[in-house]
Amino acid sequence: MAGRSDPIPTETVAAHPQAGRIQLALVVLALVALLIVPHVLYPIFLMKLLCFALFASAFNLLLGYTGLLSFGHAAFFGGAAYFTAHAVKEWGWPPEAGVALGVAGAALLGLVMGAIAIRRQGIYFAMITLALAQMFFFFCLQARFTHGEDGIQSVPRGHLFGVIDLSQTMNMYYFVLAVFLIGLLVIWRFVNSPFGMILKSIRENEQRAISLGYSVARYKLGAFVMSAALAGLAGGVKALVFQFATLTDVAWQMSGEVILMTLLGGIGTLFGPIVGAGLVVSLQNYLATSDFPVTIITGVVFMICVLLFRRGLVGEFFATKIGRKLGFRAQS
Amino acid sequence: MASAATQAEPRVVLSARGLGRDFAGFTAVNNVDLDVEHARIHALIGPNGAGKTTVFNLLTKFLQPTRGRITLLGQDITATAPDKVARLGLVRSFQISAVFPHLTVRENVKVALQRPAGLATQFWLPLSSLDRLNARADDLIEQLGLAPYRDHRAADLSYGRKRVLEIATTLALDPEVLLLDEPMAGMGQEDVRMVAEIIRDVARSRAVLMVEHNLNVVADICDHVTVLQRGEIIARGDYATVSADPRVRTAYMGSEA
Repeated sequence: MAGRSDPIPTETVAAHPQAGRIQLALVVLALVALLIVPHVLYPIFLMKLLCFALFASAFNLLLGYTGLLSFGHAAFFGGAAYFTAHAVKEWGWPPEAGVALGVAGAALLGLVMGAIAIRRQGIYFAMITLALAQMFFFFCLQARFTHGEDGIQSVPRGHLFGVIDLSQTMNMYYFVLAVFLIGLLVIWRFVNSPFGMILKSIRENEQRAISLGYSVARYKLGAFVMSAALAGLAGGVKALVFQFATLTDVAWQMSGEVILMTLLGGIGTLFGPIVGAGLVVSLQNYLATSDFPVTIITGVVFMICVLLFRRGLVGEFFATKIGRKLGFRAQS
Repeated sequence: MASAATQAEPRVVLSARGLGRDFAGFTAVNNVDLDVEHARIHALIGPNGAGKTTVFNLLTKFLQPTRGRITLLGQDITATAPDKVARLGLVRSFQISAVFPHLTVRENVKVALQRPAGLATQFWLPLSSLDRLNARADDLIEQLGLAPYRDHRAADLSYGRKRVLEIATTLALDPEVLLLDEPMAGMGQEDVRMVAEIIRDVARSRAVLMVEHNLNVVADICDHVTVLQRGEIIARGDYATVSADPRVRTAYMGSEA
């Protein structure tokens, strides 16, 4: 875990005494970069990247820190996009209320899906979440408020808190950045909390956790709902960024994409999903204007990752001597 | 033997009547009656495959019995979920040492302390909110001689110390009834003596039911012995009575004896 030195002698590289400070410096550096970068790179692309980075981080909360592989996270991401878009466009809600509705809706969906799936494990859990997400997809296809194949178009971004005009690209960017950072903070706190400790113990030895009196299903469900809510946060904001919500975001391919991002970056690390999302989104953006077939390239990248970098890019870096010197550790 | 003399009227805290479990036509455990008393150490022995661990799983509700009733502290727990059973005061250990390998010794014990302290569901508090459990955790760690390893990861402990850590974690819940599944399996002579001493000590204020193969230990610290063979009880009593029983001798020596 970040910032904590490890006293075990066996094969462990002791963290540098200044590791905590170096980590802090790196985080500050990243923050400064995020503040400056929209003046250099295309802001819409960056906002898309931040939304997916948050989505992947939310997914990682479940896969990396709870040990549950959900194959239905598109339902929360895309569902929240619809809720937010509808509230803002049809009901004239301000953007912050629209996003809040998206989060609440995703959390509720998560509660229902989670309650059904949580007692199953491994592949069965994944299949049940997939099936439920597909049901939600067909609901979105048929429901009137989603406008079927057309989706909800030209969603106004509105004024944040009635003051800040989000139709200004830079305003929108900093709003997205703030949401992204808040989301990450929530995840970080969630993982490093009394609740997170129990989640970790469940992941390490579920039988033992039960024998200590923990109702593991409830803890897992709690993590599932939190993950769904944060995926919803990402989806709701994305609907405002692109000003539309469509079936793409609730389709199963989106569930697959977020798994790809998380594995590519490194599960069980705070920064892995961000790097993974950055890579996948950049690749898609770059390949979209070229003649290469996007899915084949991302598929090849995924295969290389699984074969050569089991821990993902960030996970592999953490496992190097430099990474360990800096006191980084992935959740195993 | 150890504590019997000092105790007054024996009080049954855990009892099973007619306990049985079938697995797809095969009867693993049949018609087991068992009474575990407060401040006594009760041993469950028998040859491999006799169903000892199955009885443990039934009593702690990790397995649902096919037949029979289980009562814990006067409450019927035959249909209760395993985590609820633990909260009612019946806590078990496992045959394969059950620790949280990537947590430190102290964190292992603290995980057990979190729930009774009401510090298990707060996802908004920092980890430092658990610091107030340190004193209690360190007490237990000290008591069981794990103090030098407090900040070691459980995975890096020797096998014997993992078992001791498991007992420490179990004791953190201050259970009324402690079920220990082969607490001394695979331990060196030195560790066996230490753990036996610990078990004798903790049994002063609670009931202990243990599965154990080391008959010297059983003879030494257990007040009651129940012998299981092919899922059924073939003898019960104190160690002297049981070890003199011809059926028990046959069960242990095999048919050629």
